[in-house]
Amino acid sequence: MDLLAIWLGKLTLVALRILGRRGTALPGLVVEKVFPRFLARKLSALAQGVVVITGTNGKTTTTKMVSAILAQQYRVLTNDTGGNFVRGTITAVVQHSDWRGRTAADVAVFELDEAHAVRFCQVYQPERLLLLNVLRDQLDRFGEIDMTAQLLAKVAAKTTQHVVVNRDDPRLTALATDLSAKVDYFGVAPQLREFFPTDEEMYGGTITLSELPAVAELLDLELGVATDLTLRIGAGTEEITLRAEGAHNAQNAAAAAALALTFGLGPAVIAEGLRNVEPAFGRGQSFEIEGRRVVLQLVKNPAGFRQSLRTVDGLRPAATVIAINDDYADGRDMSWLWDVEFTSALGSTINTPGPPRLVNAPAPPAKAGWLVTSGTRAADMAVRLQYDEIAVGLVQPDLAVAVREATFHVKPSDTVVVFSTYTAMWELHRVLERITAV
Amino acid sequence: MTTLTLVHLYPREMNIYGDTGNVLVLRKRLQWRGIEAVVVPINVGDELPADVDIVLGGGGQDAAQGDIGADFVRRAGTLRAMADDGVVMLTICGTYQMLGHEFLTKDGHRIVGTGVLDLVTRGSDHRLIGNNHVDTEWGRMVGFENHSGLTELGTGVRPLGTAAAGRGNNGTDQTEGAVRDNVFGTYLHGPVLAKSPEFADELLRRALARRGMSGDLEPLDDRLAMAAAAVAVGRPR
Repeated sequence: MDLLAIWLGKLTLVALRILGRRGTALPGLVVEKVFPRFLARKLSALAQGVVVITGTNGKTTTTKMVSAILAQQYRVLTNDTGGNFVRGTITAVVQHSDWRGRTAADVAVFELDEAHAVRFCQVYQPERLLLLNVLRDQLDRFGEIDMTAQLLAKVAAKTTQHVVVNRDDPRLTALATDLSAKVDYFGVAPQLREFFPTDEEMYGGTITLSELPAVAELLDLELGVATDLTLRIGAGTEEITLRAEGAHNAQNAAAAAALALTFGLGPAVIAEGLRNVEPAFGRGQSFEIEGRRVVLQLVKNPAGFRQSLRTVDGLRPAATVIAINDDYADGRDMSWLWDVEFTSALGSTINTPGPPRLVNAPAPPAKAGWLVTSGTRAADMAVRLQYDEIAVGLVQPDLAVAVREATFHVKPSDTVVVFSTYTAMWELHRVLERITAV
Repeated sequence: MTTLTLVHLYPREMNIYGDTGNVLVLRKRLQWRGIEAVVVPINVGDELPADVDIVLGGGGQDAAQGDIGADFVRRAGTLRAMADDGVVMLTICGTYQMLGHEFLTKDGHRIVGTGVLDLVTRGSDHRLIGNNHVDTEWGRMVGFENHSGLTELGTGVRPLGTAAAGRGNNGTDQTEGAVRDNVFGTYLHGPVLAKSPEFADELLRRALARRGMSGDLEPLDDRLAMAAAAVAVGRPR
């Protein structure tokens, strides 16, 4: 029966490949419909069980981190291709199985979005859960953050062995009080807390320091071209240089380390795993185009956007592209752009007070270089910047044109940063692969 | 030179869908015309300034509405007097609901409002979510609605406009928002003023006129905002 399910999934994958389509959803969907108990049976057979990673921001990178750490000891099955719905986990199982139906894995590490984490638990109760954060994101899908927190509470209640929680997120610590699973915390040192504001703190609330003990704690952080951090992992302290840029990834490293400790791994092994993690899709990846470095930063919500904007300080771009799409996966509602403050991050435009001449303005913002807005909502983004008095050089909805314009506007050896929403990021990858292939 | 006073109601609790942007839009549009403005945030327990020109309030978590409810109602008399006095108010979503007589929750609780606007809201199980544009006497307003409360207007207010694409106040009568004197309420997030510059200037003109100042505002280059509005109208719900 499982053999049939795997064949069905694999044949769907082959068919998609023949059609030239990437797909993580469809094979899982097909198998789910025909063999609804396939996933639960397969996961029950894993010696080390299942890890679920969820929260608003950092799921994909943290999943990569946990997988890289565990891969030093175990055979890891993961949905690292970004399919964070239940069907994406089924596809991952199919991909990790051979045509004879054998699944070569000891442990599964799944990132799941909040709603699908609940659905997943109805199929299989995970042994371990990592809760990263609850921030405003895609409110057009979930309604509001308190509702999102309620979803995560359901997932925590279903987890059988270990729940690892961000001690610096009060919405999460509140739901971790009465669980049957053992609870551990990760966190950041008090002096670093300002880098990681909670939703309330972003809107003028005071920073509250958690008194909960963290099994893994981010002690120090230096942001430059690379992200250098000091991490306390259990009883040890490790210096780590991450390949994925940004403060948010340093926090993700603390989360991944805390989760890895529940497997009984030592600090040195955990640190080594973290050092080897490549940036995930659009999370600080960089491309080279005729000597110019193009760095991609995925932005999905206000908190993530604010975090990503900080990378401008280290990268010093000569041009910056902000690409905003509004497809379902991006979020249809544009109001989130107004929860991001751009003036201090990009550098306000000097000597151009007032609203006129904001397109093709002579003085680019101090830190961001020549500024281009793109994507279906290029004009919305430009209006947002207009009200922060930041000069936009070009409003170009076509991503391919926008990226070319920005790249060839700057000198070889210069850096271009592209901030992009999810669906625009897929398109950017195609565009950049085409340009770099020439 | 007169300075206009803008009050921002409960910025900590009522800020969830970018409505704080309305404060920025008005402040900048005044500043760009050389008119001074101060923004006074009013949180629970704070006293309102004596001479208010414009009051702005946004949407919040349903739970937050409970936190601020008592404080809001404490101000009911003051807010009604301000409305009678021609103070300009723009209230969105949760704050709009709180300007009404009451909110009847799904489980039958009655939350008393401030009675500034003649309307009542009842909770529902269904959320009205999506792009919306509304035809009003100040042109087409573009925004995004996201609410489960259903609002019925009384005879003391008229609708802000007709919901052309979305569900509006209650999903049945196609009305959107409410107007009485210089008090406006709407479910449009976006923030609504970002892509409705004509309406933003209408609010400013009314506030200036109330101070006996000329309502002639120097025109601004709003082509980007109009382009953004045109794109939004063409997008799926």
